[in-house]
Amino acid sequence: MREIQEFSLDDLKHLLSPRALTGETVVLNMGPQHPSTHGVLRLILELDGETIVNCIPDIGFLHTGIEKNMESKTYMKAEVMTDRMDYLFTLGNNLTYALAVEKLVGIPVPPRADSVRVILTELSRISSHLIWIGTSALDLGAMSVFLYAMREREMILDIFELVSGQRMMTTYIRPGGLWRDVPVQFNELLQQFIDIMPKRIDEYESLLTHNSLFLERTQGIGVIDIPTALNWNVSGPTLRAAGMAHDLRKTNPYCGFEQYDFEVPTQTTGDVYGRYLVRVAEMRESVKIVQQALDKMPMGPSLTYDNKFIPPPRSEIGVSMESLIHHFKYWTEGFLPPAGSVYAAVESPRGELGVFLESDGGPKPYRVHYRTPSIPLISAFSILAKGHMVSDMVAIISSIDLVLGDADR
Amino acid sequence: MNETLQAAVEGISGRFKVQTAEFRGDVTLLVPNDQVVDICRVLHDEFDFDTLPLETAVDYHPKTSPRFHVVYGLYSTKTHLYLYLRAPVDGENPHISTVESVYKSANWREREIFDLFGIIFDGHSDLRRLEMPPDWEGHPLRKDYPLGYEEVQFTFNFDEIDLRKPKGER
Repeated sequence: MREIQEFSLDDLKHLLSPRALTGETVVLNMGPQHPSTHGVLRLILELDGETIVNCIPDIGFLHTGIEKNMESKTYMKAEVMTDRMDYLFTLGNNLTYALAVEKLVGIPVPPRADSVRVILTELSRISSHLIWIGTSALDLGAMSVFLYAMREREMILDIFELVSGQRMMTTYIRPGGLWRDVPVQFNELLQQFIDIMPKRIDEYESLLTHNSLFLERTQGIGVIDIPTALNWNVSGPTLRAAGMAHDLRKTNPYCGFEQYDFEVPTQTTGDVYGRYLVRVAEMRESVKIVQQALDKMPMGPSLTYDNKFIPPPRSEIGVSMESLIHHFKYWTEGFLPPAGSVYAAVESPRGELGVFLESDGGPKPYRVHYRTPSIPLISAFSILAKGHMVSDMVAIISSIDLVLGDADR
Repeated sequence: MNETLQAAVEGISGRFKVQTAEFRGDVTLLVPNDQVVDICRVLHDEFDFDTLPLETAVDYHPKTSPRFHVVYGLYSTKTHLYLYLRAPVDGENPHISTVESVYKSANWREREIFDLFGIIFDGHSDLRRLEMPPDWEGHPLRKDYPLGYEEVQFTFNFDEIDLRKPKGER
């Protein structure tokens, strides 16, 4: 057995203040096993009393080599792994990958598939924000919000289960459209959810927005301003809470987001409370988008007409020799996109989620890189945490809504 | 190509030796290895490319020169345009300058590239491994990195494979 080498203070000397070496300040590990780190995040804190002098985040405990793994699978098979990264925005991970493959190959997507994609990713956004509102309130000592948030999240997961048969790891959005069309009960179940949700958001707000204990813990904590946020490439609600109305759904629309009428909520404070207000407002906007998409949802096919890039319908396999051959070739060899590299990005609940995809003309992706929003957010901890108390660190961690599966991949 | 993007590309190609390529609407500039920082600074200061959402690398093994490409994706929050840069990196001597002085977010991106590809970023303030443990050997995303699966033994080749099996030590 080799000895396991650990970080020593010498390795981190350049990140700590000189006082750490003399023992004037204390260097303390927070995590990786800590209930408030939302996964396995290790923070090395340099403390002066209870005040944080420096914060060094350390990630990689959930690294599973998904990017390497995808290089040895065909384009269709590699998609299954994308669900496992950001486990709160699984459909969005599918969507990003599908958009990248569609851009690389040039597959047209039917309008009905686009509508369903919008509905499902917006539902994912709401469910991710629900987990966030629940856990961050839980971290600050408000237990009941978590239970209410889980109740509504269950309704969303029921819809996912209805359309795909899976609650979380759906792989429902495929290159070229959807796995299959949505079932008939979909519209009714969705309408029920849309009718209930705004009242429920009012309920969460009545528990938190004017709660003096919550305000004490969140206002003025973990402030970031726009230039710093841009330089550290912080995106999503954290950037919008600082005052910049930047949302890829507005600026670089995909899946027909330009036809929906919605606001990009912003705040100017840039603190934990600002991020809370932005996310709550985002949930309301998402409900609005889902309602519009449901009303406008066109009839028609849910998979592209370009049969080269989609599996043949089950009904044809039994009667058509060509379909049987295509089915076999499709799932064993895969299709051959042109050589080149593309980048496609969507707005995830945490920020810009992008896929860099390079093809060498073979049936397997030559290189897949997931540009995840969590990495810049975690690297910005060193700025956010400076000068705050250890207990505020808990609020800061939960406020940026990090998902370690997203950061480590 | 978009007019604003065209202006930026012309501004860069007038001053530096770059090649322009367009694929599926994405404009990529192939830039010399030693001028990446200057080009990024010009794009940041003069053409409003104020964020660096993407920085990654691609390994073209067994080609050794250039074995790697470091890919930069620049985004402007004012014009909402993406511009991609590619800088070649030699396989024998994988060095390139860090763009940390222009975009702070490059810090962790470059740590990740160093970790997974073994490309060394000169002048980086904190070049440690990001994802893998600090004592890991090798760089997993290189194409010549062993995949580490276990060979299946059959009766006809049992002894042959048994000889090269690792025996409880690493």
